[in-house]
Amino acid sequence: MPQANLLKSLDYSVLQQCMHCGMCLPTCPTYVETKMEKNSPRGRIALLRAVADGDLEVSRALSDEMYYCLGCLACQTACPAGVNYAELFETARAEVEQAEVNDGMQRGFWRWLTLNVIFMRPWLLRLIGRVLRVYQSAGLDNLMRKLRFFGLMPRSLAKLEPQTPQISEHFSDDLIWPEESPKGRQEYRVGLLTGCIQDLAFSNINRDTADVLLANGCEVITPRSQSCCGSLHAHNGELELARELARRQIDSFDLDSLDAIITNAGGCGSHLKTYGHLLHDDPFYAAKAKVWDATVKDIHEWLVQIGFRKPTAGAGVSEVTYHESCHLCHGQKVVSQPRQVLASIPGLVFKELPESNWCCGSAGIYNITQPEQSQKLLDRKVANLKLTKAPVVATSNPGCHLQLANGLRSCGDHPCQEVTQPVTLLARAYRAEQGVGASGPHKPGSETPAP
Amino acid sequence: MIEASFIQSLKEILDPERVLTSAEDIVPYSFDGTAALKQRPGAVVFPLTAEEVADCVKLARRCSIPVVTRGSGTGLSGGSVPLDGCLVICLVKMDKLIEVDEKNLTLRAQSGVITKEIDDAAAKVGLFYPPDPGSMKISTIGGNVAENSGGLRGLKYGVTRDYVMGIEVVLPDGTLTFLGNKCVKDVAGYSMKDLFIGSEGTLGIITEVILKVLPRPKARKTMLALYDSMDAAAKTISAIIAAKIIPCTLEFLDRVTVQCVEDYAKIGLPTDVEALVLMETDGHPVVVEEEAAQMMALARANGARDVRAAADEAEGAKLAAARRNAFSALARVRPTTILEDVTVPRSELATMVAFIDSVAKKHSLQIGTFGHLGDGNLHPTFLTNERDHEEMHRVEVALAEIVEETIRLGGTVTGEHGVGLAKKAFLKRQLGEGSYELMRSIKQALDPQGLLNPGKIFDLRN
Ligand SMILES: Cc1cc2nc3c(=O)[nH]c(=O)nc-3n(C[C@H](O)[C@H](O)[C@H](O)COP(=O)(O)OP(=O)(O)OC[C@H]3O[C@@H](n4cnc5c(N)ncnc54)[C@H](O)[C@@H]3O)c2cc1C
Ligand code: SF4
Ligand code: SF4
Repeated sequence: MPQANLLKSLDYSVLQQCMHCGMCLPTCPTYVETKMEKNSPRGRIALLRAVADGDLEVSRALSDEMYYCLGCLACQTACPAGVNYAELFETARAEVEQAEVNDGMQRGFWRWLTLNVIFMRPWLLRLIGRVLRVYQSAGLDNLMRKLRFFGLMPRSLAKLEPQTPQISEHFSDDLIWPEESPKGRQEYRVGLLTGCIQDLAFSNINRDTADVLLANGCEVITPRSQSCCGSLHAHNGELELARELARRQIDSFDLDSLDAIITNAGGCGSHLKTYGHLLHDDPFYAAKAKVWDATVKDIHEWLVQIGFRKPTAGAGVSEVTYHESCHLCHGQKVVSQPRQVLASIPGLVFKELPESNWCCGSAGIYNITQPEQSQKLLDRKVANLKLTKAPVVATSNPGCHLQLANGLRSCGDHPCQEVTQPVTLLARAYRAEQGVGASGPHKPGSETPAP
Repeated sequence: MIEASFIQSLKEILDPERVLTSAEDIVPYSFDGTAALKQRPGAVVFPLTAEEVADCVKLARRCSIPVVTRGSGTGLSGGSVPLDGCLVICLVKMDKLIEVDEKNLTLRAQSGVITKEIDDAAAKVGLFYPPDPGSMKISTIGGNVAENSGGLRGLKYGVTRDYVMGIEVVLPDGTLTFLGNKCVKDVAGYSMKDLFIGSEGTLGIITEVILKVLPRPKARKTMLALYDSMDAAAKTISAIIAAKIIPCTLEFLDRVTVQCVEDYAKIGLPTDVEALVLMETDGHPVVVEEEAAQMMALARANGARDVRAAADEAEGAKLAAARRNAFSALARVRPTTILEDVTVPRSELATMVAFIDSVAKKHSLQIGTFGHLGDGNLHPTFLTNERDHEEMHRVEVALAEIVEETIRLGGTVTGEHGVGLAKKAFLKRQLGEGSYELMRSIKQALDPQGLLNPGKIFDLRN
């Protein structure tokens, strides 16, 4: 049943802020691909405004358009007028979901299963992770592939199967104690967000983050089994579920006792910093959420803010380039800090990546929903990486990390052989100071006793 | 209104994928960069060749459907805003750079090529395309020619017109013709190409251009001067010109704009200045050094509170950011931003800026002014809200007063954005009867049916 027009209930000035100057056009990957206005930020805003004005119906075509948009927010960086595209984007996806203009049975089922069931239950997500891990490590995935089991899945999912992240042996809870204190003087007390995908696929990066924090005088508080931050839900039109997850997240931390809450995933961070707006109508959480927003800090942002200690040893890598996660650079405007982190490592030459802030095509679940456009963006990224000739690329979002790894894997002679993250390199360098694990891939949890 | 048979015929001329008619496809073509002007077209097409353009024009002519040409829709006078049910011919997919001719210092491109790509292509071989409108990363070269766009370097290098050597146009009857050539000197007959430069899509559709390019200047120096009075800033400009120096850039921001820029970009500018002037000189390194030193001395002698020079290109870019951020900073203050481009003779600059200030006070409006001090081109920028009808009325009145004063001072109602719809009402006052009628008779002769962009610049019939 159609409910209230969400775009109409949006503060109209958000729509009105766009003066259709077009400054955003050359930065928008979908516009640059097609050169059609409807695929541009300015065009999408015009469509949304037409809906708000009652001049346009919410249709299947509109829905398709909003799902063709990457949500990369490059337009937001380019926009002179300061249009809050992130909010428009989320509201618009919620609007088309509510209007049920594209509810195929299968799409509905998969959406429901992922957004309403799996990503709402941290224990279930981890359980699935465990099962997947067994399945991957037993080589069952190869067997199943041979048996064409995946022919039973929707085509887009089956195609994606080889891209399923390699699930970590240990999750963050196994690697990080709920409270860890620095060896030296304690100067700060911070919370650590472990994320959901990050936790399943890159728990070692969470460990690295904790180590880097400890090395910089931070006591690290990591509540057990945290839930998903809700960005996946917000970006896919499920604002109610996103609110629910935001409340849970806020409740997992004792806000008043912390100097910062640290996130190390660009996409999550960008969403986590907008709880204030998401919950602004909530009588109980509105005020807390505002404080929350101010407390959440991206790890690189925090490190630079507290004047992090430069390591004295190297990370066993000679050259590195850096791919910016859209939501870290465009969403959070954290641009120079990750570069500063990389530049601080002795013996490491930093090489700029052409178009470093151009979306890699990962964009949440965009590589599932829009495989074609996603692949084009990935090819462009891989070609740019080649130009740098750097053997290692760092990035700071699990989605981008996986996407780059997939792109490079299918490109054998590529000079870039390793995908990593700035905190991992920094953690390696700190460890090397103590003479452990300076070179070679870092084994998760190898230097820290598992709790 | 557009009929199904017309659409069908379009799809026979062009690949159907390049013919848009659904609401979701065409609503985003209802406007250009001008605030508060909106009109849905009947269909939008994307030709790839001049022949396809000509075929579309012939078809539209047979069916009496008005045609509005569009580049990137960054225009600021409503030039590419559609008419109800018209056909929009959008040229952004005609984006081939055909040739860079180093021997003749020319460059040939289809008209949908983005302006910045023209300069980038020139730069690759050490050449330079000087016109640099603020929109150069988005606007098309065809749009630039149609609007005769200017840019920050206009003072020294002139405007688009000074670089157009030849154009290919589709006339309103569908004839495809080439005007001009690669010759530096050419006096064969009327200068027909000039008629189409700045004609805002009312006389023909430009499909290809030959542009003049220059050797790239070897050095550049950027400086910033801060003033406690607009008069002192204006005096500096006069002194620089009197000293026979032609800087490539002389830009200024007024107090309101400096405050907004500082609020937004936090560059570290003092917010109590009355004017900030950005100066730039380019050319041979030795000359650049000498001119820069002279300009800074002149600025100090004429009452600048502070003068800073950039040590290198990077710092220069940082200083220039103050000017480049001007529009952005202002645009964030209120929901609707109306950017004007009145222009006065350089000697009248201080008077004009003071007048704009007084108009803002009189009508209790927020107006930030910045612009090209070197060529007298001012951008009084109204910060308002189109939904506040009472305030919008005051904006209109204030704008009319500003235009009136501009004309009184011997200025022009538009220095670079064109007349389009936005400045139509003022045109006759500025041109006078004779020149206005001459313009109408040219339109009448070339496009008696009123097919191309009717109602823009002026109305054919009263
Ligand atoms: C942020 C911003 C900064 C700007 N800065 C400047 C500046 O510094 N200097 C300046 O002069 N302008 C400036 N402009 C205005 C605008 O960018 C220019 O007028 C530009 O030339 C328009 O190009 P376009 O491709 O977007 O044309 P459009 O806006 O699509 O069209 C403009 C006009 O030209 C006609 N037209 C377009 N292409 C053709 C063609 N091939 N043949 C015939 N007619 C055609 C259209 O019918 C219309 O009348 C700025 C605009 C913005 C938004
Ligand atoms: S840059 Fe901003 S104001 Fe300009 S068209 Fe894009 S969204 Fe609108
Ligand atoms: S979010 Fe990215 S893809 Fe979507 S409109 Fe903005 S720039 Fe384009």
